[in-house]
Amino acid sequence: MKSDSPVPAVDRRSRDDARPVPVAPVRPSVAAAVPAPSAIVAPAPTAKIEIKDLRFYYKTYLALKGITLPLYDKHVTAFIGPSGCGKSTLLRALNRIYELYPNQRAEGAVVVDGQNILDPKQDVNLLRARIGMVFQKPTPFPMSIYDNIAFGIRLYERLPQGELDGRVEQALRRAALWDEVKDKLMQSGLGLSGGQQQRLCIARAIALKPEVLLLDEPASALDPISTLRIEELISELKSDYCIVIVTHNMQQAARVSDFTAFMYLGELVEFDQTSVIFTNPKKKHTEDYVTGRFG
Amino acid sequence: MDLYARRRVVNTVILSLSFVATAIGLFWLAAILGTLITHGVGAMTPDLFTQMTPPPGSRGGLLNAIYGSVVMTAIATAVGAPVGVLAGTFLAEYARNSRFAEIVRFINDILLSAPSIIVGLFIYEVMVLRQGHFSAWAGAMALAIIVVPVVLRTTENMLSLVPGGLREAAAALGTPQWRVITEISYRAALQGLVTGVMLAVARVSGETAPLLFTALNNQFWNTNLDGPMANLPVVIFQFSMSPYADWQTLAWGGALLITVVVLVLNIAARVIASWSTVKQ
Ligand SMILES: Nc1ncnc2c1ncn2[C@@H]1O[C@H](COP(=O)(O)OP(=O)(O)OP(=O)(O)O)[C@@H](O)[C@H]1O
Ligand SMILES: [Mg+2]
Repeated sequence: MKSDSPVPAVDRRSRDDARPVPVAPVRPSVAAAVPAPSAIVAPAPTAKIEIKDLRFYYKTYLALKGITLPLYDKHVTAFIGPSGCGKSTLLRALNRIYELYPNQRAEGAVVVDGQNILDPKQDVNLLRARIGMVFQKPTPFPMSIYDNIAFGIRLYERLPQGELDGRVEQALRRAALWDEVKDKLMQSGLGLSGGQQQRLCIARAIALKPEVLLLDEPASALDPISTLRIEELISELKSDYCIVIVTHNMQQAARVSDFTAFMYLGELVEFDQTSVIFTNPKKKHTEDYVTGRFG
Repeated sequence: MDLYARRRVVNTVILSLSFVATAIGLFWLAAILGTLITHGVGAMTPDLFTQMTPPPGSRGGLLNAIYGSVVMTAIATAVGAPVGVLAGTFLAEYARNSRFAEIVRFINDILLSAPSIIVGLFIYEVMVLRQGHFSAWAGAMALAIIVVPVVLRTTENMLSLVPGGLREAAAALGTPQWRVITEISYRAALQGLVTGVMLAVARVSGETAPLLFTALNNQFWNTNLDGPMANLPVVIFQFSMSPYADWQTLAWGGALLITVVVLVLNIAARVIASWSTVKQ
């Protein structure tokens, strides 16, 4: 990581005044001036998740130094920033998946629909069923393609076989995988190509009908065609979900997201509409990063 | 001599030494198998599998000993394998880095390398002396104690090989931990777990010392688990030490039989283990 960049560390004040900005451009008059298609068609977005002063520790190492950020429903938010800045850490706090590891701990609040999900009283399994996650490396389960999708559904619903079949098909169709696998549903999911496996994992996540979809570099191991498929899929899914995507690919962030959060060394530097971040960012640091002058 | 020539010479010397060492190892293995087959093949008659162990000088087979070995090995596996699998699961899935897990692991390693005669003496002390007689139960329990550490170790190793990402992916769907373990980890490690159990079966099917103190032997057909029961290792031990030629022949036959079974179990374990890699 190039810490010798000319940009000084970000102070708390600058992050605070970054927060209200995204709401302003979506008023119709302003939106017309901003060339962001989503902002034109969408009504004022509501925050599905509000991250409030989130601090995250790996044992004693402070990896997130107080992040405050809204994630809007039916919009795509991209997390960008240099390697090690805490994007995955932030994502993994949102479904409390970090709790699988005893030395990891989060402080602050993550408010989903008015409930602080970091509250120990929150049932993690019910939470994770509502907040789907797709990882960087495809992780098909060692079972058939059909069972890969049905597994999650069976955890929470008892469906008659026909209905279950329908749900599986629907999920595979939405993930643009159905045509490729409809004749081999009973074959092992491990036999698919990397791109197909990743779409299988997306199908598995959306089969549960989650409210939020977290994607951690979902296309980083994929060829351009599969990447395109996944980007199309994200654009399609966003009409129903609150989607968060971590990516190192600036073009991808610009293409698929409505809002972008730029992070650096565990802090949120700037959060705004994607069009603003990429064309007219408030911070020099952000501009340097998105134009590739540092990072 | 330049550096390169020197390196070549050293290489040749080391290569020859390794080759000789391998040859020595293989020679003894081949010699043992050869001796077993030449002596044992004569005993491989239908009688071996249909007749009881005979008194000296009359015809007979090893049926009661084969039966006893199968029964005691089966009970030992049925008792020991679940304990080993569950304990291995505990170490790999629940207690991974805890101090307690380290202690359990250490004790298990001791148990794994403890001479089996000690296990036999232990069961002799706690079961045989207390009940006042030898029994197949005692024999099976002694074997079960040997099964546990083998299965525990392989289970833990195999579960540790399951990628953490798979567990995360399952947990991210809201899967409770016990279902992550039973439906994802076990499935991913299944071949390894089966292999571990088969290796444990192979290991105990040739154990003699623990049975000498527990099941002892029985010259007659016996299905009563509460009494002494014949078994191949002890029969081989007794018959091969005897001065009677026909007993000695039966002992060779039994030894060949055990070796073949162990060989088949090992090969089967390897084949099963290789399936998993083929499928992925
Ligand atoms: N398991 C862990 N234990 C200790 N420190 C960790 C762990 N995982 C991440 N970190 C540290 O936390 C910081 C943030 O890591 P994180 O994985 O969130 O970065 P990232 O932005 O996702 O990077 P990348 O783009 O390379 O994926 C880094 O400094 C990293 O070294
Ligand atoms: Mg990351």
